[in-house]
Amino acid sequence: MRDVAVIGIGCTRFGEKWSESFRDMFVEAGALALEDAQLSGEKIDAMYVGNMSAGRFIEQEHIGALIADYAGMATRHIPSTRVEAACASGGLAFRQAVIAVASGMEDIVVAAGVEKMTDVEPGASTDALTGAADREWEGFVGATFPGLYAMIAKDYMHKYGMTREQLAQVAVKNHYNGARNPIAQFQQEITLDTVLRSTMVAEPLRLFDCSPITDGAAAVILAPLDRAREFTDTPIKVLATAQASDSIALHDRRDISTMDATVAAGQRAFKMAKLTHKDINMVEVHDCFSIAELCAIEDLGFCKKGTAGKFTADDETALGGKIPVNTSGGLKACGHPVGATGIKQVYEIVQQLRGTAGKRQIDGAKIGMTQNVGGTGATVAVHILGRV
Amino acid sequence: MSVARFWRKIPQRYNLIGTKCETCKRHFFPPRTFCPDCRREGKVVDHKFSGKGTIVTYTIIQTAPDQFASHGPYVLAIIKLDEGPQMTTQIVCDPSEAKIGMRVKSIFRRIATDGESGIIHYGTKFAPE
Ligand SMILES: CC(C)(COP(=O)(O)OP(=O)(O)OC[C@H]1O[C@@H](n2cnc3c(N)ncnc32)[C@H](O)[C@@H]1OP(=O)(O)O)[C@@H](O)C(=O)NCCC(=O)NCCS
Ligand SMILES: [Zn+2]
Repeated sequence: MRDVAVIGIGCTRFGEKWSESFRDMFVEAGALALEDAQLSGEKIDAMYVGNMSAGRFIEQEHIGALIADYAGMATRHIPSTRVEAACASGGLAFRQAVIAVASGMEDIVVAAGVEKMTDVEPGASTDALTGAADREWEGFVGATFPGLYAMIAKDYMHKYGMTREQLAQVAVKNHYNGARNPIAQFQQEITLDTVLRSTMVAEPLRLFDCSPITDGAAAVILAPLDRAREFTDTPIKVLATAQASDSIALHDRRDISTMDATVAAGQRAFKMAKLTHKDINMVEVHDCFSIAELCAIEDLGFCKKGTAGKFTADDETALGGKIPVNTSGGLKACGHPVGATGIKQVYEIVQQLRGTAGKRQIDGAKIGMTQNVGGTGATVAVHILGRV
Repeated sequence: MSVARFWRKIPQRYNLIGTKCETCKRHFFPPRTFCPDCRREGKVVDHKFSGKGTIVTYTIIQTAPDQFASHGPYVLAIIKLDEGPQMTTQIVCDPSEAKIGMRVKSIFRRIATDGESGIIHYGTKFAPE
């Protein structure tokens, strides 16, 4: 297998972008990534695009071809493939692109993610997202996504005695980071009170425990590491790519508040990179709900099971802490256009490793990690990236 | 949900009929036709569950999807059936009454109203024992 590097990155601003279409967004992200790599489109050999549910959100399937066409690749007939794994679609698209380059099949490959969620009514987007869980035995009996994660939170609080304030601190920290990220959907800081007084969505989760409904697109360009310096002075090496699966329904898990797929993917990634959690300078995790961030940092090994609430309240996951988590603002403040999120996580880590993360910059960042979850943990993708 | 898709699973949804593997005695609800432990050695047959179980975790859904919106806030839970498997269900009780560890039993109730067709779907919910 060949070593693989990220040579270009691009991302739209995230938010409710009612003046921009699905096509407008991925063309913008792709153009930004090409410009960043100082690359012309003719050099691209293949594309992988993460998208969860264009069929439900904009009644459009066949996204691979659509993207190739509007990115100006149709006349060159390059392969373009849609990858779907609910909210982990972006992470899996990135992994497929890495495998394509590592195998030697392709040289210059685009990994992108895009989701247009605000063209439908809120009821319709909630229902579309429920398709990431088990429609027959969760959705049909009245489960919603916030409801499933609320049951994880309830189980976690019951077992480990975490307080409601500790859980709220996840959102406070992520909004603080989002306020320092120019692409974030929410760029205002909040207090514990903002979270604790917000509307109840599914007990114990309130509005500010939830990621929002978001439009956005992100793209990164990969090349073999030994060719990367043709395009950039700061190639970022892909040190590990890992993916794991678990039961589609939450009720079939070994333990409700441990994501075994995160544990498995994390262990595989550390083994592949020959690193441990102590080597990681910052991590982007899948905080679709506040509780998910706490489970993620435990399941990846950054702190012991049951202690992530205190760890967070002690500011160990903040910008200056032991292990900064979600410097981008996470899904909570940066926004969560489901298919794009996994690529945006890579976009953030690459900025950190290049030293271009502005007010969010972690000093001396050398190695970063991403964790992208589909559904309530049925698919997890973990990547480790490093400076060379 | 389409009428065919719902009717296909009526025995399971109305009467809590799941399956069990005669090789390893593991019970499945929701039903599975393939035992993940025994694989090709497994012999999976229908099994009627007793309808008794315990709440493992729960939530109170305040923001409901359209087809459940008429129910007002409702209790959603994962319960562990006495035969072993866990399932997701609504609990018919006052939201303040729900507790982890509470014993529940199955009851037959309206589950959802399909907005466009107006069709009412019935199935199993649980209530305090
Ligand atoms: C939490 C949720 C139900 C809120 O939706 P909603 O009640 O329809 O919210 P609205 O769009 O009506 O927004 C109402 C206000 O709250 C704000 N808001 C919406 N979601 C927010 C969030 N997650 N955090 C903070 N503020 C939010 C809006 O900006 C709006 O503010 P304004 O009145 O000042 O303009 C919805 O965002 C949701 O379903 N989130 C989860 C998404 C999800 O499941 N993703 C997949 C997970 S893997
Ligand atoms: Zn068996």
